[in-house]
Amino acid sequence: MKNISILFLLLISTVASAQIAIQAEMIYPVGASPIQNGVILIENGKIKKIGAAAEIKIPENYIIQTGKIATPGFIDARTVIGMSGVLNIAVDQDQLEKSSPIQPELRAIDAYNPYETLVSVARSYGVTTIHTGHGIGALVSGQTMIAKTKNGTTDQVTINPFCMLAMTIGPSVSEHFSSPGTKAKQVAMIRTELMKAQQYLKKMTTTDSNKLPDFDLKMDALSKLLKGEIKAVITANTAVDIMNAIRLAKAFNFKLVLDGAAEAYRLTNEIKAAKAEVILHATMARNEGDMLNMNRESAAILTAAGIPVSIESGYEGYVPKTRIVLLEAAVALANGLSFNDALASITINPAKVLGIDKKLGSLEIGKDADIVLFNGDPFEYTSQVTAVMIDGEWAFQKSN
Amino acid sequence: MLVLILGISSIVFAQEKTIAFKGALIYPVVGKPIQKGVMLIQHGKIVSIGDESMPIPANAEIKDATGKVIMPGIVDTHSHLGGPQGGDNSNPIQPEARVMDAIDPTSDGFKKALAGGITTINVMPGSGHLMSGQTVYLKMREGKIIEDLLITNEKGIFGGLKMANGTNSIRNGNGYPGTRAKSASLIRELFIKAQAYKKQIEKAGKDSSKMPERDIRMEPLVEVLKGTRVVHFHTHKSNDILTVIRLSKEFGFKPVLHHLSEGWKVADEIAKAGLYCSLIIIDAPGGKLEAVNLTLETAAILDKSGVSFGFHTDDGVTDSRLFLRSAAMCIRAGLSKEKALEGLTIAGAKMLDLSSSVGSLEKGKDADFVLLSGDPFSVYTKVEQTWVEGVKRFDLSNPSDKAFLTGGFGVYSADRGEFHQHGNEEEIGD
Repeated sequence: MKNISILFLLLISTVASAQIAIQAEMIYPVGASPIQNGVILIENGKIKKIGAAAEIKIPENYIIQTGKIATPGFIDARTVIGMSGVLNIAVDQDQLEKSSPIQPELRAIDAYNPYETLVSVARSYGVTTIHTGHGIGALVSGQTMIAKTKNGTTDQVTINPFCMLAMTIGPSVSEHFSSPGTKAKQVAMIRTELMKAQQYLKKMTTTDSNKLPDFDLKMDALSKLLKGEIKAVITANTAVDIMNAIRLAKAFNFKLVLDGAAEAYRLTNEIKAAKAEVILHATMARNEGDMLNMNRESAAILTAAGIPVSIESGYEGYVPKTRIVLLEAAVALANGLSFNDALASITINPAKVLGIDKKLGSLEIGKDADIVLFNGDPFEYTSQVTAVMIDGEWAFQKSN
Repeated sequence: MLVLILGISSIVFAQEKTIAFKGALIYPVVGKPIQKGVMLIQHGKIVSIGDESMPIPANAEIKDATGKVIMPGIVDTHSHLGGPQGGDNSNPIQPEARVMDAIDPTSDGFKKALAGGITTINVMPGSGHLMSGQTVYLKMREGKIIEDLLITNEKGIFGGLKMANGTNSIRNGNGYPGTRAKSASLIRELFIKAQAYKKQIEKAGKDSSKMPERDIRMEPLVEVLKGTRVVHFHTHKSNDILTVIRLSKEFGFKPVLHHLSEGWKVADEIAKAGLYCSLIIIDAPGGKLEAVNLTLETAAILDKSGVSFGFHTDDGVTDSRLFLRSAAMCIRAGLSKEKALEGLTIAGAKMLDLSSSVGSLEKGKDADFVLLSGDPFSVYTKVEQTWVEGVKRFDLSNPSDKAFLTGGFGVYSADRGEFHQHGNEEEIGD
């Protein structure tokens, strides 16, 4: 009995307060110079120290893990994994509710499945944080959330239960709903709803409690957008649809994140003037439909124009059921994006768009210990992820 | 008229002059890599290949390829470029339908293949039918009519026959099967009929009065039974793969197995049956039930079991421009570099009965090759040039060619047609 309890205590201590030292031939902290022969000390799930091996003494009680290359855990700027499952049959598809084209009240946390196969697939490629939730295909499909990809209940893995409102302008909306059938109708319907929300918000500011309007889930969610508490992530691919999103954001003064943005490379000045952020479609997305004119050099072009790019896995309706941001950033690198910008596109850039850059997106003292180890250049097609750490614990180890 | 004559003459006298590529690391695929290699080409063929000691004729045009890598033109054993269409929904068995009657030989989809280093492709109809029709083997030459692109193989034929089992071809109505067992029984009935038709022909011998009436549904099946036309069989799940093996034994034909999401489960059985496998390489599982168990390790597992395998794009499912990457992803999952190279070239050539002319860099073979900036499997490497039968068909330094690599505004047309329908749902490739 005594032995068992000691064993139990040992187990608890390794899980709860593991002190780990990662030694790597090269650390890419992001936002700071690469560190050759570096060490990262991890305590209580956070980065305690990071620097050259010569300058950091590893305390005796630390467990040492060696690796060749270390990078921050990757952040998927926008995905539907955990909502849109691997099977692709009705029972595991929760990313798009087709009963009505505008449903801002739909919460991602009520559908998210942290144990979904594709979440673990992404994790095995070093994706440690995902911005997931409602997908493309409705004017307002619902809410998005941010989660770590580690195992645990939704409550345990969620960083932000309501991050953005997911919106779409473009032909995919008209594929799912009998109305809107045209671009003009799409914008008119969004404007109508946002004007209602403006009225609601106005009524809510009354000091006379008798005049308060009935609480309305839909209006409440839209009010958060109008108050600037959340951003709208608007999927828009053609130049016409992107300009419609920019025009809406200006008219209703909300924070705009352009998503997909296949033709954003044609509108760099307009996007900068609007101060819109950009989450770019997967580099290996198919050049069809409203993405016909996509350009594999988009990430490089936008970056050169001074627009920070975050690369997403996005939504896939067929095979493969999800893309992997590490692999997508690699193909952006193959098409003109620099190594550092490719790394930023799946770490610090999405962290800033998602408002989590104080705790994620780079390897810095005090940030979450989300770390990926590789046996070679992270972007080489033939390199392997050897281990993935989330919140100071090993979430994936490559078996040999 | 003058233009026409010039046009013709440029084809007839194409590459009269000997061209010598000098200084590159050459992967002939058959044979060891050659450091600082020399390759001579003339009249669209490889004249000789060797190391730096090989003499270069005085009149040869020398291309300095120092620091570059040269490999054979890539063979894609399963593609939907050029608008072959999936097949119409009137009947689950359509051996008489030919994609050569559908493909646009001028389709800009073929530019994707060239940008990816692909020089030979098998364009197929879709997998929404048990038998969706006759495929075509195409060389990525410049052409106006489909005949400009066709290649006749060692068996005297320029295409295979597309078959499928599993869920894609299970549908409602029009005689389509509702189950896997029905799918197999419909195919057995068909082949029994074809056997009888073949026997009638053989019986008639040279006596034309005893010949059966021509039947364009039966004719391609007779070719299959005689072993001249290869069946390209779409099959994913392990039980479906075993069904194909069972059918092939019963009727004595040797299909090439395609896709094989669960091929890793029955690698030994495939090896025992001695069938070629053509793999699609997908980064993540799912999207359809049959692809839930797919893994990047399949190639390495098949290799260990002694199976002969190669790769395909299934374009539009994966992109021809990233075909080298597909093989690289298998190296990531344990495959050797040599096998990855073979899988992109000579293995596919064998599956199409074209290995006497394509698939490796050897004297007398077609001068189909790719000039790369570095290692074929590196993310940092670019396809700089793609040559088909001695003609440079893709040149990265040419902005209009480069546009087909990257895409961009107005580069590709909307009606390329590598996307087709399965039943009522629009799907991509298969």
